[in-house]
Amino acid sequence: MRHMTTVRRTSRRRILPLAAGLAVALTLGACGGTTQGDDDTSGDEGDDDAPAAEADPEGEYQEGLAIAMLPKSVNNPYFEVSSEGAEAVVTELGGEYEYTGPSEATASSQVDYINTLSQQAADAVLLSANDPNALCSSLDQARAAGTYVVTFDSDVDAECRDAFVSQVDGDEVGRALIEMAAEQVGGEGQIGILSATANATNQNAWIAVIEDELANNADYADIELVATVYGDDEDEKSFTETQGLLQSNPDLDAIISPTTVGIAAAARYLQGSEYQGEIALTGLGTPNQMREFVNDDTVTEFALWDPGALGELAAYAGAAMASGIITGAEGETFTAGDLGEYEIGPDGVITLGPPTRFNADNIDDFEF
Amino acid sequence: MTTVSPQPSGAPTDSVHEVDPGTRTGSTVLDAVLRFRALGLALVLVALVIVTTLANSRFLSQQSIRDVLLSASIITLLATGVTMVVLTKGIDLSVGSVLGLSAFITAQTLAENPGLPIPVAGLIGVGVGLACGLINGAVVAWGKVPPLVATLGTLYVFRGVVYTVAGGSRINAGDMPRGFLDFGTARIFGVPWLFVIAGVVLLVVALFLGRYRSGRDLYAIGSNPEAARLAGIPITRRLMTAYLASGALAGMGGVLYAARFGTVDASAGSGLELDVVAAVVVGGVAIFGGSGTVLGAGLGALVLTVINSALPVLGANPFWQRAIVGALIVGAIALDRLVAARVAVSLRKKGSHVG
Repeated sequence: MRHMTTVRRTSRRRILPLAAGLAVALTLGACGGTTQGDDDTSGDEGDDDAPAAEADPEGEYQEGLAIAMLPKSVNNPYFEVSSEGAEAVVTELGGEYEYTGPSEATASSQVDYINTLSQQAADAVLLSANDPNALCSSLDQARAAGTYVVTFDSDVDAECRDAFVSQVDGDEVGRALIEMAAEQVGGEGQIGILSATANATNQNAWIAVIEDELANNADYADIELVATVYGDDEDEKSFTETQGLLQSNPDLDAIISPTTVGIAAAARYLQGSEYQGEIALTGLGTPNQMREFVNDDTVTEFALWDPGALGELAAYAGAAMASGIITGAEGETFTAGDLGEYEIGPDGVITLGPPTRFNADNIDDFEF
Repeated sequence: MTTVSPQPSGAPTDSVHEVDPGTRTGSTVLDAVLRFRALGLALVLVALVIVTTLANSRFLSQQSIRDVLLSASIITLLATGVTMVVLTKGIDLSVGSVLGLSAFITAQTLAENPGLPIPVAGLIGVGVGLACGLINGAVVAWGKVPPLVATLGTLYVFRGVVYTVAGGSRINAGDMPRGFLDFGTARIFGVPWLFVIAGVVLLVVALFLGRYRSGRDLYAIGSNPEAARLAGIPITRRLMTAYLASGALAGMGGVLYAARFGTVDASAGSGLELDVVAAVVVGGVAIFGGSGTVLGAGLGALVLTVINSALPVLGANPFWQRAIVGALIVGAIALDRLVAARVAVSLRKKGSHVG
């Protein structure tokens, strides 16, 4: 793996055909090894002895860049919000923007779009992948042809793309969740968690952060986590688990639900029950699904990343790469307009930042 | 299972298949065995409530009872429809998808036409269900496709239609009229409206199955299709009735689902068909047709809902909750076979016929 990285970094520009052949060959062999979005991938790429391709941190964004966004599927409102963000950035930079993709969220249907974009000589493709490995060979062909690949939202194998714009940092999510809950219960009381499935990796990572904060952060010394229940991301199950949680814990003050299905179900349950306004509810949800519950005070504040900002950052990252400002190596920095300055982390990951919080003051500014 | 004697007169029949206090079999022992099923279920229900209440007194609070009744309503509605199909030796696995389609179309219609009267939206949902039921009925009754295969197929087809209609979109509580959402939790004399609706539907269907000739015909078809045909029962039409009813009730369930949960996306009701079949089976409806009542199915739905509500209250490990429900289903079917075997033996010993 490391060997392949070196090949890619040093010789991509100068000996393109050879690099392309090698990359394809090696990737075909390597694909299937790693999984997407591992938070704990070690940053051994940064230790490469080989010099990275030249990055010019002082460089300007070029005009006339052709940048395309390829979402998991085009009929998903989440990606449409991302696309609006990306389009605004590309237009502002004087480039050409295209939003294209399959109608069904499968890897095989994305391959055709990648090939087409590559043939159209797009400068950068912003991709949310349907599979971490299956797209690798066509992505490598596209990259060999001079198209930069920036993944966002859902990553591919780190070897098959130039950078990944991650929506969120797992620790930040956990901290934001417990902070919101603590604010809403006045710094002391009992809280419960309504999660998705008992073995959901991201949920459990966030819950672990919450538990760690409760144990070690003096601000939360008077807050006790009394139960974690699992609604399996089903409305019905989330309903009954919320009921059970409230019945088993008569002194419960707040519920944290770090899943969009769970928080909506819990809010709907609270809205129609005697607990409305008595029990605080926070977690991760979208403004559209939670607007009703914020307006009638069932919910005070919740959080999620802003998919529009995610699209903007992905567009800046793609443009910065096509303009030679960054190459995707760890430690490089670039300025993403109003979003501020970003630094590339290990494995070419760029993190959007802490989740956006939504409450009665700002919820009407968001439409997704 | 056992034989049935359809009475062309259309008068109420004395059938061994019903656990009806008025049923006479000529043997008090046999009567007891037959009633054991509904009685056993009621006992399980009472025991569950007592144990859970001892562990947590809040389980019998008003709020909690309302929650259970609300949860049981939609599944009862679907179980009522599926019972009619199962009685004919059939099965309707598509009800979860029908519910999803109806829920989404109803929610979308309401979101796009805020002024639309709620009953009209309800009729649209039921209409969607009827259309799905028509397809199921046509494939089974005219196409002679085995019901399991036919409705397994339409399970995927209808779900595919939901995905096509919905795409990645979701109808949120804020998109639907307030009145519709309030209806999802509203109460009359403290009882949730949804439960009242489910209860009325169940009683109407119980009356139809027990007291009307076309209803009794469903039992006859399920007991012995050939005998039913020879007795002049219009099998195709009766099967259509059963599948149409199942579709319409699933469609109605979709409307209630949208009102209750307020959030509807393409996955609404996924996997619900298994809960419904479980309720029907636990409620004593023979999976091979010809025997059982909708009251039993309703009781089965209530028991499963209470179990699902009680397990979190009792703090059961989430990994085990589903296993416990599964064990209960297997237990119910085992009991079903046991009762059936005893009845058969008993009937043979007496050498008597029903009635």
